[in-house]
Amino acid sequence: MTTILTPALTAHWDEPDSFTLAAYRRDGGYQALPKALAMEPDQVIQTLKDSVLRGRGGAGFPTGVKWGFIPQGDGKPHYLVVNADESEPGACKDVPTMLANPQALVEGIIITCYAIRADRAFIYVRGEVLHVVRRLQHAVAEAREAGFIGENILGSGFDLDIVVHAGAGAYICGEETALLDSLEGYRGQPRLKPPFPATAGLYASPTVVNNVESISTVPWILHNGADEFADLGTERSKGFGIFSLSGHVTRSGQYEAPLGTTLRELLDLAGGIRAGHRLKFWTPGGSSTPLFTDQHLDVPLDYESVAKAGSMLGTRSIQLFDETVCVVRVVLRWIEFYQHESCGKCTPCREGSYWVVQLLDDLEHGKGSEADLDKLLDICTNITGRAFCALGDSIEAPVKSSITYFRDEYVQHLRTGGCPFDPAASTLFAMEPA
Amino acid sequence: MAPVDDLRSKLGADAAEIIGRYPKPRSAMLPLLHLVQSEEGYVTEDGIAFVAAELGLTVAEVAAVASFYTMLKRAPVGEYHVGVCTNSLCAVMGGDAIFADLQEHLGVGNDETTPNGRVSLEHLECNAACDYAPVVMVNWEFFDNMTPQAARDLVDGLLADADVTPTRGAPRLCTWKQASRVLAGFPDGQAAGGHTAGDATLAGLRIAKEQGWTPEGAK
Repeated sequence: MTTILTPALTAHWDEPDSFTLAAYRRDGGYQALPKALAMEPDQVIQTLKDSVLRGRGGAGFPTGVKWGFIPQGDGKPHYLVVNADESEPGACKDVPTMLANPQALVEGIIITCYAIRADRAFIYVRGEVLHVVRRLQHAVAEAREAGFIGENILGSGFDLDIVVHAGAGAYICGEETALLDSLEGYRGQPRLKPPFPATAGLYASPTVVNNVESISTVPWILHNGADEFADLGTERSKGFGIFSLSGHVTRSGQYEAPLGTTLRELLDLAGGIRAGHRLKFWTPGGSSTPLFTDQHLDVPLDYESVAKAGSMLGTRSIQLFDETVCVVRVVLRWIEFYQHESCGKCTPCREGSYWVVQLLDDLEHGKGSEADLDKLLDICTNITGRAFCALGDSIEAPVKSSITYFRDEYVQHLRTGGCPFDPAASTLFAMEPA
Repeated sequence: MAPVDDLRSKLGADAAEIIGRYPKPRSAMLPLLHLVQSEEGYVTEDGIAFVAAELGLTVAEVAAVASFYTMLKRAPVGEYHVGVCTNSLCAVMGGDAIFADLQEHLGVGNDETTPNGRVSLEHLECNAACDYAPVVMVNWEFFDNMTPQAARDLVDGLLADADVTPTRGAPRLCTWKQASRVLAGFPDGQAAGGHTAGDATLAGLRIAKEQGWTPEGAK
């Protein structure tokens, strides 16, 4: 059988002590760091450019190019901020990564800071995952004790300190400039770009903000070579990434595979949709990416192919829903989430999310009229592109795609005067009679 | 002693340590607010005054930040704060049913605490464990693949002060205040314990190992 899965970051997660420095070194960890320190920083940046690793936090911007934007010799301190604020509905890859192998992240941070000439890094981790916070604190302490963090690392003359910073509950802080405001001690509200963080980031200094998975992949690339990474994946979406399958699938979980793998291939390995049911709709990259249906099983899950099919690869957060699920209920709940998480800074998102929730809530309960569907689309069109940051744009994705594929289901709610679905049927357990 | 002075005598040294981690003091805002919760249980007026004094800010500036973040509570919560994910995926897979059931079982609504102060209940947004849906959290530790009965047993255990172990988390569930102290950046020595990777975390790896699949073999 052709190789479908490529465990690299996930390769040793089944070892009970995989999170320790000892296990990480036993499995080949910290061999990339001396290699990187023996190179010129610009060579390290070039290696990342050659690998064509694209940011694993959703946007897919080439990591090496981002590093290259950091001005050098500018006399200002530089910072690396790791975005570990994983909170997009469906996204669940960074949390297991940090639980099982936080040292890969730490080694990646050290190499990245060396490349961009930063002597201070922050891991901004969402606060609602206590054991992840503990594991990060533990990993940084172990690395410091071993001399990988601190002054004159491995005799290179390079100094680095890493701070684990726990957030306090706000999805918007996954947006990089909101994250920086939060890290500076303010409400987490996005900043107008430009200037981009590469020139004016943390404390208005040049700052790289990268996702956990991106940085955790850096040691693998340095250790195995940029070509080894770029040989995997598709022409423009190189390498491997973690695909997270959740919902009505037989074996939900983390599947590390080259970009360009299809859902059909992943579902085959995961035992298909739960027994006796069929796929109705799914998100390729979390709730902010337009829905796909069973027509899209063979779309290669790379940036270009998913975009061509009308959605976004995002964070490869594949939420699968079977035919027992009401799409209106699911979309309503997502928009309630965006409404709750809207930071309030800009009007289209703050007000628009409320309007969309009101209309969707009516529709889910069989109230309103078919004209409300057009009103929904009209409001969404007026939010997208006019909001301050991508959170506002995210509102359109599930609304518009669900109306495209399931307009009849919305109308059915109006005809029957309520939701035609039994909520008990979609649960994972047999419900007791009410 | 004024309440703020009392907080300063208890937390002043910790606060100095937190502030010392950052190039600019104001970056210590969130960890200091977690620290206040580790002592007071929630962000009290005195806690806000304490943080403001430590950072050289006004109370309005600190209150404005504290009110933005959902983990920072402006009223007491239980010793064990139970959160049920009711975002779309967890909701349809059982989160809505679990949340409704727990409200009835505990006799409290959203954001309310049992009269004895032991358990509070809140519905949560996505907590990055969708592959273990439906998910319940207690003091920010994972309780995976829950059912209404399992959730009822869980809160009964919390009310009875029984030993409760998260599915993926520390071997011993800590209290809300203890959790807040870890979030403020003071490790509790529990990092090395507990389960690292559940079945879902290892789903792909197990198949790859059975098949002998590696990145090298995929070229």
